[in-house]
Amino acid sequence: MPPLPTVQPRLWTLLTPKWRSALARSRQEQADSRARVLLLSLIGLIFWIAVFGIAYRVLRYFRSVDEIGNLMAGKVLGVILLAFLSILLLSNVITALSTFFLAKDLDLLAAAPVNGVRLYVAKLAETVVHSSWMVALLALPILTAYGIVYSGGPLFPFVALSAFIPYLILPAVLGTAATLVLVNVFPARRTRELLGLIASGAVVIVVVSLRFLRPEQLARPEGFRSLVDYLAVLRTPTSPLLPSEWTASIIMNWLLQVADPWPVAKLWGAAALAVGLGAVLHQRLYAQGFSKAQEGAERKVRRPLRGPVSRLLRSQSPSKREFILKDLRLFFRDNTQWSQLILLAVLLMVYLFNIQSLPLHSGERVPYRLVNLISFLNLGLAGFVLAAVAARFIFPGISLEGRQMWLLRSSPLDPRSMLWSKYWIGTVPLLLLALMITVFTNWLLDVSGFMMFVAVVTIVLYTLAASALALSFGALYPQFGTENAAQIPTGFGGLVYMMSSLTLLALIITIEAVPVTEYLRDQRYSQYPVGITLELVASGAAVLCICVAATVIPLRVGLRRIEMMEW
Amino acid sequence: MIRLNQLTKRYGRFTAVDRIDLAVPSGELFGFLGPNGAGKTTTFRMIAGILRPTSGSIEIGGIDINQRPLEAKARLGFIPDRPFVYDKLTGAEFLRFVAALYGQQGAVVERRIDELLELFDLRRWKDELTESYSHGMRQKLIISGALVHRPEVIVVDEPMVGLDPRSARLLKDLFRQFVDRGGTVLMSTHTLEVAETMCDRIAIIHGGKIVASGNMAELQEQTSSEHLGLEDLFLKLTGGMRDHQLDTILDS
Repeated sequence: MPPLPTVQPRLWTLLTPKWRSALARSRQEQADSRARVLLLSLIGLIFWIAVFGIAYRVLRYFRSVDEIGNLMAGKVLGVILLAFLSILLLSNVITALSTFFLAKDLDLLAAAPVNGVRLYVAKLAETVVHSSWMVALLALPILTAYGIVYSGGPLFPFVALSAFIPYLILPAVLGTAATLVLVNVFPARRTRELLGLIASGAVVIVVVSLRFLRPEQLARPEGFRSLVDYLAVLRTPTSPLLPSEWTASIIMNWLLQVADPWPVAKLWGAAALAVGLGAVLHQRLYAQGFSKAQEGAERKVRRPLRGPVSRLLRSQSPSKREFILKDLRLFFRDNTQWSQLILLAVLLMVYLFNIQSLPLHSGERVPYRLVNLISFLNLGLAGFVLAAVAARFIFPGISLEGRQMWLLRSSPLDPRSMLWSKYWIGTVPLLLLALMITVFTNWLLDVSGFMMFVAVVTIVLYTLAASALALSFGALYPQFGTENAAQIPTGFGGLVYMMSSLTLLALIITIEAVPVTEYLRDQRYSQYPVGITLELVASGAAVLCICVAATVIPLRVGLRRIEMMEW
Repeated sequence: MIRLNQLTKRYGRFTAVDRIDLAVPSGELFGFLGPNGAGKTTTFRMIAGILRPTSGSIEIGGIDINQRPLEAKARLGFIPDRPFVYDKLTGAEFLRFVAALYGQQGAVVERRIDELLELFDLRRWKDELTESYSHGMRQKLIISGALVHRPEVIVVDEPMVGLDPRSARLLKDLFRQFVDRGGTVLMSTHTLEVAETMCDRIAIIHGGKIVASGNMAELQEQTSSEHLGLEDLFLKLTGGMRDHQLDTILDS
């Protein structure tokens, strides 16, 4: 009998397959097309500069306002980090399910004589990296702006990093622990699917709680009884018990040269304690949870989906019809997928509530220009929501075919039919959502008929393009090995898609804004009937051409990619 | 029939399949043998249209798969080595979906699905999600999927893995009767007894090249080993484990 191992593998050794795979993937992508990598880096840089630019301007403005400015800067940082924290929490719960319970390397690691604590720390590190890299990337330009505007000095990056590491570890430990407990508590058969539902529910609570904080009050000091009340609100921490507040305090204390070691002690102490407790919990519950999570098969069909849906698709060819039915069945039978619709519905309600809360028609005098500006901002917001929904539900379309691609590629299914089915199955519901949001919010804003027309046409054209971009980027950056659909758009491809679709949105709004606003102004103040101007027609034609190109070109690129795909 | 002409597949500098020529006529069950990594699966995936050849051509039923892929694929039934199916579809839904991919639907397909599920003892699990199926059940479902549209040619990679003895026997009989009715089967297997008893002709591939091809007598003649069985022939052509290597591993 071989002796028991006396030396445990190093943490780095356990992580070797992961970082080596990531390195190999990145090398392969670079070797595939240098031009593509260059283009993507450029898009990333533009996005990064835009975020930095906005943060820089806002902070410069804060800096110019005595006393209140610094408090506002700290408050805004706290709110941003709090929002990031809620994203991180959800992201960690979803990621931990993959890294701790579904990953392919777990069978090997579970069968090896590896110490439980080492496995926990290795998997926790993997979870932190997977779930936090996007938040870290987004925080970088914001923190850079803080460092530059408040002259943080050469040591500021190290201070920010030392504050950010425990800030990222804490939600990872919490998310991992939540996943571990849930996997143990619920019947094994349903755990995997219930987790999505519970995670969505948790985020709903966080979002609604954030909404009840009513952060917009801070932008309206006139709503407070006196300046003293306003300052008191600014000085009071929004959430003193959360790590986001401690992280914000560490950063602001450094920038404003306040010597207060207490936030550092709280943040690092909490992170160390959390990892320790997490390890203990892992030792007690992991083996049983891992075993239960392997039994997650369901036998009976809850939604057969034949009759009415099948009749609706009767005009389609058998292959297209069954392809669409197959996608619908897979979507509605997988709780981890459809449960996110609940989250979407709540976010939409918060969005509509925000629009309704705007003081545009509450008796206060608001310039007409502001109403138009808000209409365009609303178009931008609606576009952002649609891009995010497309990222979650359309982008993973090709990746989800995954290991079954052998069947599609060996059958006489035309790749065009596959792309066609995937495009419309995602676009039709997205179009309905787009129309619903746009018409309802513009009705709440009480815009003119012309503005309503512009908004509806624009959002329809944009939705068609955003869907095409999502599907195409999903085909360009497939993740066939991912077991978790929610994780697919969190990769590099998903980020590039979001950047591209938001760039398209900004371009459309920029082209439309000036001629439409001028037309609306003329229409309101002119004594004579105002005709359609040449600028208006030109901007409409430009938007149409851009959207058609942004629909057709990505679909062609996506089709080419699917045709070339080897499996 | 299947015809491969100078079929080659390269991954960068590595040549996985090297200028293979092969013709399998109608009514023949052809065995494709080789050690791990010899290029069998790559060849099969090229025939199924999943991988594109670097050079050379593939004909299925006289149709070039690169020039008229949809027509060629319509004649083919492909059974891969790993039984990946959609977890959230039932067995019947999966087969209905596969039939639709081949443009088939309606009562004929429903009857065919019932027949195939009955044949492979899956009738009881017809309306259950495939995520609850065992490996062998999934394998049988995939085999049913390859037969549901009545193909002319079946390309099957390691068909016996995961099958119980009864199902394995059923599959052997099925393939034999399929070729007796004019069909073509190209099959890879590591079970040499199966190849020896089932196949009309055999090709042995090693390092991406066909090193021997023909019926048993022809293989013996090509290797000048008239009294050797298929296993010894195979080891002679592909190189077996040396005794001293075994000693090193077991004694150290």
